[in-house]
Amino acid sequence: MDAQALEEHLFRREAGRLVSILTGLFGIQNLALAEDVVQDAFCRALETWKFHGVPENPSAWLLTTARNRAFDVLRRERTASKYAPDLEQFLTSEWTMRPVIDEAFDAGGINDVQLRMMFSCIHPKLPEETQLALVLHLLCGFAIEETAAAFLKKRGALERKLSRAKRTLATSTELFELKGARDVAARLPAVLRVIYLLFNEGYHGASPDAPIRRELCGEAMRLVELLLSNPLTASPATHALAALMYFLAARLSSRLDSEGHLLLLVDQDRTRWDADLIAEGRRQMELSASGDELTPYHIEAAIAERHAAAKGLNDTDWAGIVSLYTTLMRLRPSPVVALNRAVAIAQRDGPARGLAEIEAMPERKRLAKYPFFFTAIGEFQLRLGRRAAARQAFETALGLARNPAERQFLGGRVHGCGDLSCNTAVPEERS
Amino acid sequence: MNEFALLYRDTVEARQQRMGSPEKAQQEMAKWQAWFKDMTEKGQLKTLGQPLELAGKVIGGKKKTITDGPFSETKDIIGGYSVIVANDLDEAARIGSGCPILDSGGQVEVRPVRQM
Repeated sequence: MDAQALEEHLFRREAGRLVSILTGLFGIQNLALAEDVVQDAFCRALETWKFHGVPENPSAWLLTTARNRAFDVLRRERTASKYAPDLEQFLTSEWTMRPVIDEAFDAGGINDVQLRMMFSCIHPKLPEETQLALVLHLLCGFAIEETAAAFLKKRGALERKLSRAKRTLATSTELFELKGARDVAARLPAVLRVIYLLFNEGYHGASPDAPIRRELCGEAMRLVELLLSNPLTASPATHALAALMYFLAARLSSRLDSEGHLLLLVDQDRTRWDADLIAEGRRQMELSASGDELTPYHIEAAIAERHAAAKGLNDTDWAGIVSLYTTLMRLRPSPVVALNRAVAIAQRDGPARGLAEIEAMPERKRLAKYPFFFTAIGEFQLRLGRRAAARQAFETALGLARNPAERQFLGGRVHGCGDLSCNTAVPEERS
Repeated sequence: MNEFALLYRDTVEARQQRMGSPEKAQQEMAKWQAWFKDMTEKGQLKTLGQPLELAGKVIGGKKKTITDGPFSETKDIIGGYSVIVANDLDEAARIGSGCPILDSGGQVEVRPVRQM
């Protein structure tokens, strides 16, 4: 028997691809049928591979199996069901059916059909949160309970929300068309936003048991690479988002120490940052520099690049970072951006200025539950030698910690208040 | 050494549950691969066996009535079989108890192969 191990998450990724292909063929109103066919293909794979071993090219095997099942379904139901309108006439005859199915499964179109599915999921009538769940469920192959777990939602509630969302999608008969440049450009910002949120969920996620969930970051990167694969969707903003994600991904593995404890930027071992990913980030940044659109992704990528370029805190371009945060506040103001700007100012001008910035933040109340708001105050106070005030701030932060890694980290800060060698905590930029 | 057939028995619900998501399916497969590998390394596996299709017919009675099956009447399905070697039935049962199907609502039936 061939004991070849399957690539991690292969089934899940293939499920996303296959659902997109089959939906392209059957029409989006037959999404449930597409999902059934995919489920059936996986059952077959599992039963067969268990005994005969994994084939050399498991993806091709699954693709062929799904294609054969699509034939069966269309033969059986071609007169009873409605399919994608522009394909319907071909699917009614056995003779014309084969080329249409072969084309749907042709490798050349697989990226595009996933993009069409992605744009369909970002339906303007759906709230952002639902769009995000749909993308993870349909394109990334996460089952409903896995999707619920990813966003800390109750399974039942999410299931109802997703089935309502699928009905909304089914009001169209076809997947989103990628042909019209204007339609694509109009929906692209919302698509980028959802991918950005997915990445953030993995990078900063408030999951109770894991501060970083690489899988979600990996899925977001896969989706952005899909966008980069088509000239219509590979806009400067897409390149900027890709650059940001590569820079942040480069330091993913250094965000936790060997015991899984959260490390702030200052404590991270920069030699562990992934040079290849940083290089790819720089390449994407260059590609993002065309056109006249300046998006928050451009700015966030530039900030991440400044951190990547520095050997440590002392030779970091804090002046440049402050001015980038100032621009970001103009493009997309948020209390977290303001906080990060204050931290950068403290690095540039000293803790007293940082503290003054925080006190001047108009929306500081909105950070009342954000542990790193109080962490920053604590660090500034500590550097000013006010241990009691520092300790109080760290204790407040500890009370707000969202996962064991944060609790462990902030507990250490509370205890460390007697120790003035503590470094300034620089929460990683999050907006 | 004697030969024993392991029949992998399953229910429709258990199977659906197990295949509930691509991720679960992949984890399930990895468990089976590991189990087969373990038996192979220990020299316990005589024949890996074959998976059986779920669709089928059941022929019964003197009239040879053919019905769609096999699970039209019972929800119990045999999803496949393997042949192992062991000293006795007890040892065979111990080997069979490592089968991943047991983690998710299935059963393993251990039957000595009658020798000629």
